[in-house]
Amino acid sequence: MARSKSTSQDRDMRGQALEAVAGNGLIDRRALLGRGMMFAGAMSTGVGPAAAGAEPLADDPWSLEIGDPMSPYQVPSKFEAKVKRTLSNPNNEPRNSHARTPHHLLEGTTTPNGLHFNINHGGVPNIDPDKHRLVIHGLVKQPLEFTLETLSRYPLTSRVSFLECGGNSAPMFSPEPMQETVQALHGLVSCAEWTGVKLSTLLEETGIDPKAKWLIAEGADSPHLSRSVPVKKALDDAMIALYQNGERLMPGNGYPMRLLLPGYEGNMNVKFLRRIKLVEQPQLSMYEARTYSQILPNGKAYRFYFLQEVKSFITYPSHGMALKGPGLYEISGLAYSGTGRIEKVMVSADGGQSWAQAALQEPVLSKAFTRFRMPWRWDGGPATLQSRAWDEAGNVQPTRTEFVAARGELTKPPPILGFPNQHYNSITSWGVGSGGEIKHVYA
Amino acid sequence: MFTPKHAILAASLLLAATAGVSWAETPHLGKPIDEAAIANWDISILPDGTGLPKGSGTPAQGAPIFAEKCAACHGDNGKGGGAAAALVDDRQINGISASQKTIKNFWPYATTIFDFVRRAMPFQMPHSLTDDEVYALTAYILAENKLIGANDAMNAETLPKVKMPNRDNFIIRFPDRI
Repeated sequence: MARSKSTSQDRDMRGQALEAVAGNGLIDRRALLGRGMMFAGAMSTGVGPAAAGAEPLADDPWSLEIGDPMSPYQVPSKFEAKVKRTLSNPNNEPRNSHARTPHHLLEGTTTPNGLHFNINHGGVPNIDPDKHRLVIHGLVKQPLEFTLETLSRYPLTSRVSFLECGGNSAPMFSPEPMQETVQALHGLVSCAEWTGVKLSTLLEETGIDPKAKWLIAEGADSPHLSRSVPVKKALDDAMIALYQNGERLMPGNGYPMRLLLPGYEGNMNVKFLRRIKLVEQPQLSMYEARTYSQILPNGKAYRFYFLQEVKSFITYPSHGMALKGPGLYEISGLAYSGTGRIEKVMVSADGGQSWAQAALQEPVLSKAFTRFRMPWRWDGGPATLQSRAWDEAGNVQPTRTEFVAARGELTKPPPILGFPNQHYNSITSWGVGSGGEIKHVYA
Repeated sequence: MFTPKHAILAASLLLAATAGVSWAETPHLGKPIDEAAIANWDISILPDGTGLPKGSGTPAQGAPIFAEKCAACHGDNGKGGGAAAALVDDRQINGISASQKTIKNFWPYATTIFDFVRRAMPFQMPHSLTDDEVYALTAYILAENKLIGANDAMNAETLPKVKMPNRDNFIIRFPDRI
């Protein structure tokens, strides 16, 4: 599908050169920096689209009357009603429930609390924060019990961290590209600022028996969900999170407290946390012995995958959108890695034949969403958009061919809400048709 | 005078130093609690059987409990067809889909069955079964899968000894993170 049009130099509206840096219309990312001036320059010199036939501007009704009263806790404009999570189990039938983040309708790097993804395994518990307790026991010197009130008096620390379900992007195991939005394909990852108490602080107070190699974290939800976590991670950057983007945790995100293990599989970040038991050996709970062990092509299975590896995907433009005519567009997307900061993101408009480095929006934080942007002049012809991320540890997002060679693929497309396998982090490709329509493709 | 509290502090300090944790003054607002008070919450069963309670159950004792409390979702005799996964299934793993996983062909430890059933089942009434009932249901599921004999009782001694066929088929993904 690649076309190597050699428009090596395009011109912006000030007549300056926009340097083409890769095939099919990708423009040097530094063009983004001067864009504001670009349009100002266009106005002052009178260069730009003709203004003929425009209606004279008049006051709209909302400019001629007093508006609505404010609400104590504001919600988005009614015109933004389509910006919502998709629910897998809206009637709370007796099974797991998922809510997916609409990345194709969001910008920046912070997931609003109401749109953060959720997975719950027995509904959302209705926990009275005054009655909730966190107990730390097992191979400790002194078992201790904490309340939300006492934990809130500890030194608090904030960090931005993405959280991703190990099964996010599972539809990508399909042998053919599923025609679904970014929300359906990659909606089980979100990013927030979390504030809480470092777990190491609490473990200093309980003391740790040197025999302890693992801890079992357990929730107060109906399945009493439990996962084993190496003490190594607990002493590194684990947190008992109490706040999410400045307010108390959302109920579906673990109110009133959850374990936060930056960069690790979402299910291990146990919500509604009520018990931590230090032990010598892992529990092999159902979630680790079965659900989050992944079958490999050779019939064996991975255990304790833990890491959410380096990954990126383009959110704009993406499946379900249509480009409205040739011209300058800004390709935008998200990159993140469980092993540190994003080092760089490369973007291709010709299905991987040529690549150009995208601009990374500051701040670029460890184990957090990084927004990348890439100017692109679409000439109206077919294009295949891809992004590929590198992290500071030297890990690179695999191509689909590389990924499938190692991890395999399904024999037929899975149900879109299913979890046929996990830890998919390969490249996502969007095919742009000559009418501007965008489809999910494998390239 | 060197008190037990000092010993705890000294041990903690030593551990903090050896683990590379920086020591800072902390509020010490946790309330000491003894293991007896935690017992009702302490429901984790480890693969070697650590944590298994007293009690016992046989497949025959489990059958009527299963019919009453489990079959509506897991199907008659655990063979599926309801809203939840089959628990009795003879298939071999074919392909990489998680739908291929069964207790018999995938679950590495029988203790996980006890642990999960006790903490999470029945779905609408979790943690409501007696330990004897959980042992009986575990025995029933294992026997229907022909992983134990039809008359084998499951208890704290026998359950950890059940050899699950797929036990040695797992690869630790990132050993250096453990």
